[in-house]
Amino acid sequence: MFNWFQYFADWLIYSVFGISAQSHWGEALNFFVFDTLKIFLLLFFITTIMGIVNSYFPVDKIRNFLSLNKMYGLEYLFASSFGVITPFCSCSSVPLFIGFVKGGIPLGITFTYLITAPLVNEVAIAIFAAAFGFKVTALYVGTGIVLGILGGFVLGKLKLEKYLSSWVQNLIVNAQTEDQLHAENHTLKQRFPSILKEAFQIVKGVSIYIVIGIGIGGAMHGFLPTGFFEHYINKGQWYAVPLAVILGVPMYSNAAGVIPVVQVLVAKGVPLGTAIAFMMGVIGLSLPEAMLLKKVMSAKLIAIYFGTIAFFMILSGYLFNMIL
Amino acid sequence: MKQIKVLGPGCPKCKTTYNNVLEALKQTGIHAEVTKIEDIEEMMKYNVLTTPVLMIDDVAKVKGRIADINEIKQLLLQ
Repeated sequence: MFNWFQYFADWLIYSVFGISAQSHWGEALNFFVFDTLKIFLLLFFITTIMGIVNSYFPVDKIRNFLSLNKMYGLEYLFASSFGVITPFCSCSSVPLFIGFVKGGIPLGITFTYLITAPLVNEVAIAIFAAAFGFKVTALYVGTGIVLGILGGFVLGKLKLEKYLSSWVQNLIVNAQTEDQLHAENHTLKQRFPSILKEAFQIVKGVSIYIVIGIGIGGAMHGFLPTGFFEHYINKGQWYAVPLAVILGVPMYSNAAGVIPVVQVLVAKGVPLGTAIAFMMGVIGLSLPEAMLLKKVMSAKLIAIYFGTIAFFMILSGYLFNMIL
Repeated sequence: MKQIKVLGPGCPKCKTTYNNVLEALKQTGIHAEVTKIEDIEEMMKYNVLTTPVLMIDDVAKVKGRIADINEIKQLLLQ
């Protein structure tokens, strides 16, 4: 499917510009053209698909579903899977959190949703697929869902309600399950233009980070020898995975740009598990989100919440390094 | 007079929506009372889950995304 892009990149760089395929610049530019085309095509395609899926499962509906159904633990799986299909912006995390709690959804399940929603989002899926192929992407999505379930379950068992802000605790006491459903009845055909527009906006919003990321990736691809990083980062260093997750947390806004760089790091010798752990830290945990959550929970609870997620990310990093 | 509310905790998307509302009002010449609701407790009274939310006369018209100028103009003229 992507062969066409490779032919185009070869033709453009080697024939039109006449840069040798053996030169550093030839390799770097070829990578840049090929990766840019591939990532943007996949990004637009996947954001559109997710937009369509999401138009059938808007977050209001998901909230009502989780609020009304008690399923003996299965609701963790549902909450986590729903997190995958809904688009997520860290500025929505607080209203979402309150909305869930107000609807009588247990804290653990609310956390499950809050973990998976940012971790497995359309932009991450698209760039992952472009950079690492569909097998690694499926592995990432699967891990994200399991991580949300485990994280939410553990947090739910810790009885953390007392660390919520007092007005939120009052909401829990007065929680009511939702029953009214004010559905917007539009057909897919009516909604499609706005879905496309939305997809275009998402792509536009992250495009600058992607181009910068591919630029850096391309340069490393062309100029660094294969196996360059093996000397510095390898599976033997036990601290590499935790360090990767911690380093990833402050890089949130550049998630779209980080993945194309990490793709090259892996090609040049960084273990894939360490790389996945790093990207999970980048995508799933963000400092701006932590700041916003301060309005509804104590700093201690935020620390427990982030700590639990980070712990499971580190665990998955080690696991991938062992099995991949 | 129409009452327009923009709900959101002050993220860039919410600011864009707010500015789009002002621009749409200017272009259509409609007078309306525009309020920006940034306080989370106040916001939750309207039962929102995703931000930004654009409300016209207490009805949520656009949820969870930026409403663009043309879209707001259409909603205003309805």
